[in-house]
Amino acid sequence: MHMADALLSPTVGAAMWAVSAGGVALCSARLCRERDDRLAPLMGVLGGFLFAAQMINFSIPGTGSSGHLTGGLLLAILLGPSAALLTVASVLMIQAFFFADGGLLALGCNIFNLGIVPALLVYPLCYRRLIGTAPGRLRETVVTFVSALLAMQLGALSVVLETAASGISALPLDKFLLLMQPIHLAIGLVEGAVTLAVVSFLRKARPELLARQSGPSATSTRLTLAGCLICALLIAGGLSRFASVKPDGLEWSVAKLTGATSLPEHRAGLPALLTALQHKTARFPEYQIAPAAAPGQAPAAASTAPQGMAVAGKGSGVAGAVGTVITVLLVAGAALILRRSGRAAVAPEA
Amino acid sequence: MASVHGALLDLKRLDLLARGGTSLHRLDPRAKVLATLVFIVCVVSFGPYQLSALIPFFIFPACLIAAGRLPAGYLAGKVALVAPFAVAVGICNPFFDRGILLHLGPLEVSGGWVSFASIVVRTALTVTAALTLTALTGFAPICRALVRLGMPKTFAMQLLFLYRYLFVLAEEAGRASRARELRSFGRKGKGLASYASLLGHLLLRTWQRAERMHMAMLARGYTGTFLAAECGRFGARELLFVLFWSALCIIMRLYNGAELLGSLVTGYLS
Repeated sequence: MHMADALLSPTVGAAMWAVSAGGVALCSARLCRERDDRLAPLMGVLGGFLFAAQMINFSIPGTGSSGHLTGGLLLAILLGPSAALLTVASVLMIQAFFFADGGLLALGCNIFNLGIVPALLVYPLCYRRLIGTAPGRLRETVVTFVSALLAMQLGALSVVLETAASGISALPLDKFLLLMQPIHLAIGLVEGAVTLAVVSFLRKARPELLARQSGPSATSTRLTLAGCLICALLIAGGLSRFASVKPDGLEWSVAKLTGATSLPEHRAGLPALLTALQHKTARFPEYQIAPAAAPGQAPAAASTAPQGMAVAGKGSGVAGAVGTVITVLLVAGAALILRRSGRAAVAPEA
Repeated sequence: MASVHGALLDLKRLDLLARGGTSLHRLDPRAKVLATLVFIVCVVSFGPYQLSALIPFFIFPACLIAAGRLPAGYLAGKVALVAPFAVAVGICNPFFDRGILLHLGPLEVSGGWVSFASIVVRTALTVTAALTLTALTGFAPICRALVRLGMPKTFAMQLLFLYRYLFVLAEEAGRASRARELRSFGRKGKGLASYASLLGHLLLRTWQRAERMHMAMLARGYTGTFLAAECGRFGARELLFVLFWSALCIIMRLYNGAELLGSLVTGYLS
């Protein structure tokens, strides 16, 4: 469920970075105030635990597939929301830097989807509200499953919304939703089962670990947290809507182009589509038109502006491809030269 | 998901690369972080149908990999491994977006394929840049750089703790996972029951380790913060590095270098 850089527009990426950075800063400040210095090493090693646990699979009976723990909710149950968010965020950061899961710009999205949603949204607003002080077995089961499902569904929903708002993928919003939500229903069930199993194991083995967190929690901090989150969501939502205007226009223009087949329409439609691509070639029309028009038509100067645009449009595909190949060769050559000179510089030392 | 041991090996290899001694390794981490951020923002700010304009951006990771003497093949393999989500979403583009966008002679390329290729190129660029940054800098220096750029100290401490104990815990988890595999027959014995007790025991051991660590830290005079030596300074070299790459990225963002070059060449040929 990791979001990827390649599917993000900078607006959405920056908005989600701002939201996640705000969340991390808020939780850091809260932990600083609490001054529980046992927590620092505990969070560190639990992050390591989460990192490793995410790579151990178990087989799901009857399906032939396997699942694993995602862990946001489990950590929130064990550590409380603030510490859980920091732990999940740190694991995501390791994954972004070392395994490039997601990416650096998408880190904000990933911290939101996998950290803020379960730890700051689902845990305080759903899990803690419903579970009460001394839950029975049935109640605990139901609440854990509901919370895990909710966390997964919300996370998947925000992946879809972020992708749609960025407009890099042409996947329609409804189809993407229909693809993601059922898959994450299954993943949410798995997550709920694992979380419940681990929590009940801990309850049997060392109940005092769980008792630590189920003490009374301040309502005011919870309220402020919820308020901050709603603000953040509103900001993100507003920014996304602002960002989604442009791709919609582009898709619309593509749809319009497919319907139009005649050449004059083609001429009118292409410049609108290849805005940036063509912009550059149209700015230097002499590169394109003068040599191309010379063999065909003697009066090259007679070519009017729209004709010039059309020629540039037709040629831009070829020019782009040729330019791409040449640039790749140039980059590779530069890298080779740099490397060779590096070796030459090392050789006398060795 | 990869095996725990495989992931650990990967992590150690990148960590070892960061110990290199080239001038790029010695550069202040903040300069590299900033330049990489500018690069990534420039790359992702292109529209979905732009492909040729993205190609010149390969100069940044290529130069860093070459000058930092990093193993290019290894990094390329890692990039190929981590692309699946972006590719999985991107591969839908050709099916939903069939408008003809490019004419390569007689060949007509639909907008979906162009945007799919653009997504793949973006993935390659951003992932390579991130991995190159890690391989040139190392995780702890990146954390220190981020703190000096404004990251909360509590979070930085969490990151450093995690990074220190990640190896220990992952080894332990890897051993437990291997033991379970040896004792199970195919898929039998890998169900939820054994998985939950495996994770539970791992969690208990983790917790006990944390308690021991806390006591050891207290015994050594831990007061809630780490003392970190302030090393590295943002000198003229760093400034030059950031300015050069930022300027280059912005120029490449504004002018489509590949397109200009191509039209120049095709213009002379025809």
